[in-house]
Amino acid sequence: MGELAAFMILSLVTLIPAVVVVTSSNIVRAALSLVPTFLGVTGLYVMLQAEFVAGIQVLIYAGAITVLILFVIMLTEGGTGVRTRQLNDQVPLGAMAAVWLAFVLIVIFTRTGWPTAAGVLPAYNVVAVGNAFLSDYVLIFEVTSVVLLVSLVGAIVIARRED
Amino acid sequence: MPWLIELLKAIGLAVVIFTFLAVVAAMLGVYLERKISGWIQARLGPKHIGPQGLLQTVADTVKLLQKEHITPRHADALIFNVAPVIVAVAALLDWVVIPFGKLGDRVLVVRDINIGVLYFAAMASVTVVGIIAGGWSSNNKYALLGGLRSASQMISYEIPLALGILWAAMVAGTLSTVGIVDAQVRQGSWFMFKLPSPIGWFGLPFGILASLTFLTAATAEVNRVPFDLPEAESELVAGYFAEYTGMRFALFQLGEYGEMFGMAAVATIMFFGGWTEPHLQPYMWLLVTLGCLVVAAVILTTGLRQTLLVRPILMLAGLGLLLSLVMFFGTRAGLSQVLPSLMWFLAKMFALVFFLMWMRWTYPRLRLDQLLTLSWKVLLPLGLLNLLATGFVLTVWGR
Amino acid sequence: MQVGLSSYLIVAALLFCLGLYGVLTRRNAVAILMGIELMLNAANINLVAFNRFVAPAAVAGQVFALVIITLAACEAAVGLALVMAAYRSLETIQVDEINLMKW
Repeated sequence: MGELAAFMILSLVTLIPAVVVVTSSNIVRAALSLVPTFLGVTGLYVMLQAEFVAGIQVLIYAGAITVLILFVIMLTEGGTGVRTRQLNDQVPLGAMAAVWLAFVLIVIFTRTGWPTAAGVLPAYNVVAVGNAFLSDYVLIFEVTSVVLLVSLVGAIVIARRED
Repeated sequence: MPWLIELLKAIGLAVVIFTFLAVVAAMLGVYLERKISGWIQARLGPKHIGPQGLLQTVADTVKLLQKEHITPRHADALIFNVAPVIVAVAALLDWVVIPFGKLGDRVLVVRDINIGVLYFAAMASVTVVGIIAGGWSSNNKYALLGGLRSASQMISYEIPLALGILWAAMVAGTLSTVGIVDAQVRQGSWFMFKLPSPIGWFGLPFGILASLTFLTAATAEVNRVPFDLPEAESELVAGYFAEYTGMRFALFQLGEYGEMFGMAAVATIMFFGGWTEPHLQPYMWLLVTLGCLVVAAVILTTGLRQTLLVRPILMLAGLGLLLSLVMFFGTRAGLSQVLPSLMWFLAKMFALVFFLMWMRWTYPRLRLDQLLTLSWKVLLPLGLLNLLATGFVLTVWGR
Repeated sequence: MQVGLSSYLIVAALLFCLGLYGVLTRRNAVAILMGIELMLNAANINLVAFNRFVAPAAVAGQVFALVIITLAACEAAVGLALVMAAYRSLETIQVDEINLMKW
């Protein structure tokens, strides 16, 4: 009962601001609505007993990516408060595609009998995740760090003013 | 229904934390700030309301409560009203993982979650969303500039901050705040001075470097001088909260002081042993007593006593004298714990808060380019190298 | 009542479709990036949910989720840098107005 209630509340906290994100004509409000969405997803991670992912989600998404997006909005034309048309001519098409995809996915998800296993998660997730990163998934780990470095350099080179 | 009881318990704890912080952190913080700034600038500070002006902040809060809420025309009213709440709530949520001390076998902490310090860093990083939202929604160029400065500053300094947290977590081998203090209890010393045996005192440079990096980054993260560009009074009026009045302004203040006390508390936990009592030989405590006596005597007998500037030093010497005397007799009597652990935690935390305030009223503000240079070219490489070196030392000689 | 795997998958699907709608219909480049972030979050919910319900003993799903979060941060940094560069030379970030192949 409590779990269901928590799940419903967190889903609503995730989905309602997400609707604002994609429909609001005020770009700053849309960007700020990302924060409750990300926090709702964090709550879902906590319910799924993935507390390390939850912590990283808040730190990276709510604390860094949202702020970066807001920063760029303020540095470009979005922060001026001038009302420009935010939606293009594909609205009916995009809505149709989204609704159709949602319908198909929901049908698939409810019809499929997923092979759920009865095991339990490791009690102290962080250690398990750390061990996995440095043993089985060490290649992903290293490649990710290279990608991180490349994108860091790339972002600086692209955004730098040429003088 | 167990979940309902859990929920009620959580709400009750939230109320307790909120009132505790609203009273202790913000009010005492503002009072201390004004008093210490007074001493450092050779003034008296608040003096008239209550004994030594102690009730000044209460009076100010009552005044702020009565004031009108003004929403500027063309401001985004919804975001304008929500922004101070985000800042205050994020700052208060920090306190969930802070252990205050030990009562018997019970640790005084709201929740000892196993990602403790990560949770703290995450909550601290949410504050900036409230600040940038408040800055933008005020529809004021000063507020917007303050918000943007704050965003760039907090994103830059989050990384050295996280490196400092990572250092303590790596040495302790856990992310839980209680676990980090327990690790320091096990090795019998603070992480600032010693690493787990057999490295011991050779860990001193690593610990000092890590704690200095963390404290510098924490000062910048809570937007205090010398890193207070987002709210620089002389160039941006007051930065992101220029347009706020009444209780909303007080909420920003609450958030700021809550965050500062939170940073001091986490630094206490990670580098200064949390609630543990320092274990020194009785003669060492006697030496401390003598030192304090000498300082006090020099101030009282020479012309220095005429200057207001030495008052905080005199006060600290007096406090140190009292504390070290109690500790001397306590350790001579062979007590394992002389003073309650809660008192030690608060003493260490307030010492750090005093340090932060001292810095604020002593140093001038940095320029924006100096600020970013310090973060990206000094603190980040230092933090990374320190992490690498400590990890190397721990792997090769420790464990 | 227990909340099963399919409930999480449905929430993730709805979030993904909202993100898709945003990407397809927005004119502002930053808003398109926000849509992409929503889609990445939806994928992450799926990974963590599958990890919890299908293979709890291994933490592979959480590992992938963390990698995706890292890559999302990279994507945001590079994407926003591109937006800044475009705004600097073209003075617009409405993607349907950025229609020059060469400047």
